[in-house]
Amino acid sequence: MESRFVLVAIKIGTATALLFLYAPLVVLGIYAFNKSITFGWPPELWTLKWFSVAWHDPDLPPALLGSIEAAIGATTTALILGSLAAFAVHRFRFVGRDTLSFALVLPIALPGIVTAIALSSAIDFGHSAFGLTYSVWTIIIGHTTFCIVVVFNNVVARLRRTPTSLVEASMDLGGDGWQTFRFVTLPSIRTALVAGGLLAFGLSFDEIVVTNFTAGPKLTLPIWIFNNLRLPRQQPVVNAVALLLMLVSIVPVYLAQRLTQGGTESVAASVAAGGAGETPAPGL
Amino acid sequence: MATLTEERQATGDPGIGRRVSAALFRHPRGKLALMLAPPLGWLVLVYLVALALLLLTSFWRLNVLTSQIEHVWSLSNYQTLVQGSVYRTIVLRTVGIAAAVTLTDLTLAFPISYYAARLATPRVRALLLLAVVMPLWSNYLVRMFSWKILTAGGGPLESLLNVIGIHKSLAASNWAVWLTFCYLWLPFAILPVYAAMERVPTSLLEASSDLGGRGWMTFRRVVLPLILPGMVAASIFTFSLTLGDYITPVYVGKDFFIGNAIYNLVGLASNLPLAAAFAVIPMIIMAVYLTIARKLGAFEAL
Repeated sequence: MESRFVLVAIKIGTATALLFLYAPLVVLGIYAFNKSITFGWPPELWTLKWFSVAWHDPDLPPALLGSIEAAIGATTTALILGSLAAFAVHRFRFVGRDTLSFALVLPIALPGIVTAIALSSAIDFGHSAFGLTYSVWTIIIGHTTFCIVVVFNNVVARLRRTPTSLVEASMDLGGDGWQTFRFVTLPSIRTALVAGGLLAFGLSFDEIVVTNFTAGPKLTLPIWIFNNLRLPRQQPVVNAVALLLMLVSIVPVYLAQRLTQGGTESVAASVAAGGAGETPAPGL
Repeated sequence: MATLTEERQATGDPGIGRRVSAALFRHPRGKLALMLAPPLGWLVLVYLVALALLLLTSFWRLNVLTSQIEHVWSLSNYQTLVQGSVYRTIVLRTVGIAAAVTLTDLTLAFPISYYAARLATPRVRALLLLAVVMPLWSNYLVRMFSWKILTAGGGPLESLLNVIGIHKSLAASNWAVWLTFCYLWLPFAILPVYAAMERVPTSLLEASSDLGGRGWMTFRRVVLPLILPGMVAASIFTFSLTLGDYITPVYVGKDFFIGNAIYNLVGLASNLPLAAAFAVIPMIIMAVYLTIARKLGAFEAL
């Protein structure tokens, strides 16, 4: 159908996009082994000293731990709240249904700095009103707010594709609400939950724009990176940590891919279909 | 039924769970309320209240002498914004870059989405999608910083440009800001465009070519209208993310953008009321953007 010319153009375009996505990461990886702290080309290879500096950095372990705490907290809360909202929107017709979907999208549709200073002034207000202080909990509150929509999208997209006749059949066969949920509904949305949860975890683990305003003295990995990038002498350490993180992150993404292989679709496809494609759809 | 009876006998439970679920079944409104209360409560209590507080703050005033926020209603912050040509320049610059980033990312997203959705084998498609999502798993700051390295004076990109005969430094320029934003948000642009492309029925493309539509004609009259919702969805991400970013302009650029201007107003100047008023501008821009997108009916098709 496509002419030869168009086909070649599309292939070149695909290659360009992939090159654009990965060349900077490769360059970053190379500079992690650079002896100099400037970024002249070609870099002065090779040295492992930045990895050793990172290993001895006393702030790195608490930062990593902080990020994991925040991501687990935010993912768990978002999984519960996002699924509840998805079920409500899927099963019921009610006044303000569209408004709810719209409100769920707002935290990621509005510019990050807006969400950031809105939350920080709310925390300040909470401090004077009932003694709320900056901690991992304020980070979790912030992260949950924009993670809900990710779970919501994945679950609602899956529910739309799951025939309701299965639920009815379960009820007809004498299953009560809980049994139907446990043995019929849950298995059918399991991969959507994994995909949504994974995306939420990634989003939370990586977040800096809002976290900067909700963390106070609490360290997370992005805050550690943010602090180190400000100091030119520390910047190569960030390259080393970044390279390690990239290698480590291949594992969960690969595992998630394998985990959902038994299901109808891969996590990547589910993420593509639910995580981004349908994001503004329900509310707008 | 046998198992249920056994269960009841075994536990000696007349079926409280069952009664609850039956009650909920009879009262769907109650069930709905139970489902809706937690997420709705969270959104209202945490997010909408926070936004309302921000809006409220924008009408207050900072006393320059005492650095205290005076809770007096006034429009003075908005007056400052409207009268200061600095702020107008910052807004125009940010919107301009955001538009450029959006167009570039949509252009880059199209071929790879088309290839993944229509030409690739299922195996290659899964790999391509993974390749698109993968960079999102490395830290945003790190990806941003890789462009600081790339565009540094005497750095890799400048050396590459020298080789092809362009002697221009990208360090601390708006070109670097544009490239970095394009890079950062590209996956967010590809995913919705791909999702829309996947849903374009092949039969329509075949029909178009049967009716004599050549490549360009089919693209413009069939493919483009069908993937428009995906492209609008993608543009919301690229546009909004650019408006709200206060870190990239500081590291790879030198000029002020809405994000880092607000950041400085909060941090260095400690003028939260003026920052809040300035934050209302990107909010309005996005509100207008979302309304237009909605009016276009672009989202109903998704």
